[in-house]
Amino acid sequence: MSNPDLPLTPAIDTLRPPPPARRWSKARILGVVLLSFWIAAGLSMIYYLFSAFTWAFYDRYAMKFVNGIWVTFQIVGISLVLGALLSIPVALGRLSKNKLIGAMAFGYSYLMRGTPLLAQTYLVYYGLGSFHQELQSIGLWWFFREAFNCVILIFTLNTAAYQAEILRGAIENVSKHQTEAGDALGLSKMVIFWKIILPQALITALRPYGNEIILMIKGSAIASLVTVFDLMGETRRAYSRSFDFQTYVWAAIMYLSVVETLRRLWNRFEAYLTRHLERDSD
Amino acid sequence: MTILKKITMAFAAVAIAASAGLAQAEEMRKVRIGTEGAYPPFNSVNAAGKLEGFDIDIANAICEQAKFKCEFVIQDWDGMIPALLANKFDAIIASMSITEERMEKIDFSNKYYNTPPAVAVKKDTMVKGISDADLKGVQIGVQSSTTHANYAEAKLPSASLKLYPTPDEYKADLVSGRVDAVIDDVVVLGDWVKTDAGSCCKILGTLVPDAKINGIGAGIGLRKGEDDLKKAINAAIDAIRANGKYKEINDKYFAFDVYGG
Amino acid sequence: MDNLATLLSFGPEGWADEIAYGTFITVSLALATLPLGLLIGFFLALGKISNERAIQISADIYITIFRGLPELLTLFIVYFGIPIALNLVVHDLLGFDVVDVNSFLAGMMALGVVFSAYASEVFTSAFKGIDQGQYEGGHALGISNFNTMRLIILPQLIRLALPGLSNLWLILLKETALVSAIGLTDILRSSGIAARVSKELFLFFGIAFLIYLILSIISSLGIVAIERWSKRGEGVR
Repeated sequence: MSNPDLPLTPAIDTLRPPPPARRWSKARILGVVLLSFWIAAGLSMIYYLFSAFTWAFYDRYAMKFVNGIWVTFQIVGISLVLGALLSIPVALGRLSKNKLIGAMAFGYSYLMRGTPLLAQTYLVYYGLGSFHQELQSIGLWWFFREAFNCVILIFTLNTAAYQAEILRGAIENVSKHQTEAGDALGLSKMVIFWKIILPQALITALRPYGNEIILMIKGSAIASLVTVFDLMGETRRAYSRSFDFQTYVWAAIMYLSVVETLRRLWNRFEAYLTRHLERDSD
Repeated sequence: MTILKKITMAFAAVAIAASAGLAQAEEMRKVRIGTEGAYPPFNSVNAAGKLEGFDIDIANAICEQAKFKCEFVIQDWDGMIPALLANKFDAIIASMSITEERMEKIDFSNKYYNTPPAVAVKKDTMVKGISDADLKGVQIGVQSSTTHANYAEAKLPSASLKLYPTPDEYKADLVSGRVDAVIDDVVVLGDWVKTDAGSCCKILGTLVPDAKINGIGAGIGLRKGEDDLKKAINAAIDAIRANGKYKEINDKYFAFDVYGG
Repeated sequence: MDNLATLLSFGPEGWADEIAYGTFITVSLALATLPLGLLIGFFLALGKISNERAIQISADIYITIFRGLPELLTLFIVYFGIPIALNLVVHDLLGFDVVDVNSFLAGMMALGVVFSAYASEVFTSAFKGIDQGQYEGGHALGISNFNTMRLIILPQLIRLALPGLSNLWLILLKETALVSAIGLTDILRSSGIAARVSKELFLFFGIAFLIYLILSIISSLGIVAIERWSKRGEGVR
């Protein structure tokens, strides 16, 4: 028996055309033009910042920017965690077979996702603010008095709706067979949910969760419109006083760095958690 | 022959009249005026969507006097100077104080009124006075990028500041108790405490203005280098002061002379 | 009650006409932004799937920037920055008269670039859903590259991208609310003015909230209809 592989290998080699020489195709020219544009834009921005920067500007605003970032982190962090807690009952409500509970959860989720965060924020901060006497009489005014609390409240309610949808989608994605297998093993409903369904659902939900964190960081800029001095609030304050456009450029750089860093970390985190899936799919 | 002559003459007359009209239209300089529309009684928007107030009447009087074709542009207060610089309009007539800080970026006409700042509080307030010591720890609401915000930042360091986009918001928060005191022009606050909405509150006192921070009265903001426009506007202000138009507008809104010393 | 009826009337004492106009502005802005965003997004996606590394990187830079910046900040940068930059070029270098970017145009540009960054991701994954054989089939039949794209790929692409794009439309509709911060009298701004002047803050912000909700519901219904229409060729399974 002759080995069929041996004579064939060189034949394929001779059949394969040589790789095309890299020439200046239209696409390549376009690519170089576009890339040069970005490089030029980047360089002119660096030049602009370099020429516009003064130590007086730094002394006056640098610490305020840092404080602003810290406030942004607080708003995003607290809202995301509280929203995650709230999202579990909402997601379960969305999955519930009880029509009333399902409708209520859907209504809540649609109300929050169907209207702008800014409109919600105004409604809570200024709208509820006009009921201060009623709120005072039921002892809730101390909470609504602070803009920071109002922002946390509305951001939590908002992100809970989005997170609930993520969670619901992920749970529905985990095959029905998993529940049936759990049933067959005689596991209780709670054990099936917490130990079988949720862990798998959370893994498929990692990517949308990452997106939600980023959306919250970006959305939190809205807090600046109701007297909260987050990064955007400090930026607006600095701009309204100095009329120096570099304030917006610095803010853009800070937001971008935060979002990009987070996105990369999250990707790594996701790759780490799903490393057992990688090997299978390959 | 005579008919032809008549027709020709008629055409010529029409042509001359038309060109004269055109020339006149060209002479009418178009000036876009930026205003806030949220600062009663100086400038505000009514339910019909129309601008009204002292600033608006003064602006119209100046435009009429200087033969400008004016058009109003509504702009949020904290974007007012950037928008002027970005050429979204040519002049700011919005009760903007003439200050050194703003003079670094833009130019001003002469003042067209000058009134001092004041502090308003709730009638049942715990705030005792208007000194920095009295206001220690007090939440003060002011409109952002105003002289009042700068004043509070510089002169009342013990108070804690909250900045609002328009006066209506700090007013709402003073009524609801989110802030304990607000600072603004005495006319603006005085007018407000007389209304139903402001009936909760009173003027605690007027602040002694610091010319370096509060400026030397409200002027019309212009881009630097627009000297023709500035000259024309200054002349128009002088003219309406002289011919009684200013007094007429003044008396429509105020029981005293807002022009100030 | 009488007072309420007056406030909500269309007459000079009421705010209904202003708010209706604001609604018109919001809807126009969203409708005007959509084609702009779709077009840029489509070309970005073409760039992303291109074999040319430089094009890929360029598209990535664009997407990273506009996906990472808060929309509010993008809006301020476009509204205040572009006129400054334009005036620098047009006025100082070329000597032309000054140009302006009004708040509608600024809103359209800012929301359009953000929309396109997200739309490009939807398109990219839709491109990945189309089999390589479809391109090869077109090539084998002697159809030009352009016509392959137009007649074979695009119809399939639209169907694959539709769910993602519908979602982006709903997001766009809500994000138009941000233009109220640069002075465009949209729903939120017109009702905000009404709220401040009439001191009926909860009423008017509540109305704005409800109008957005209604617009979202109409959009959702429209999307369902479009999706059903796009699937009409698939038959019953």
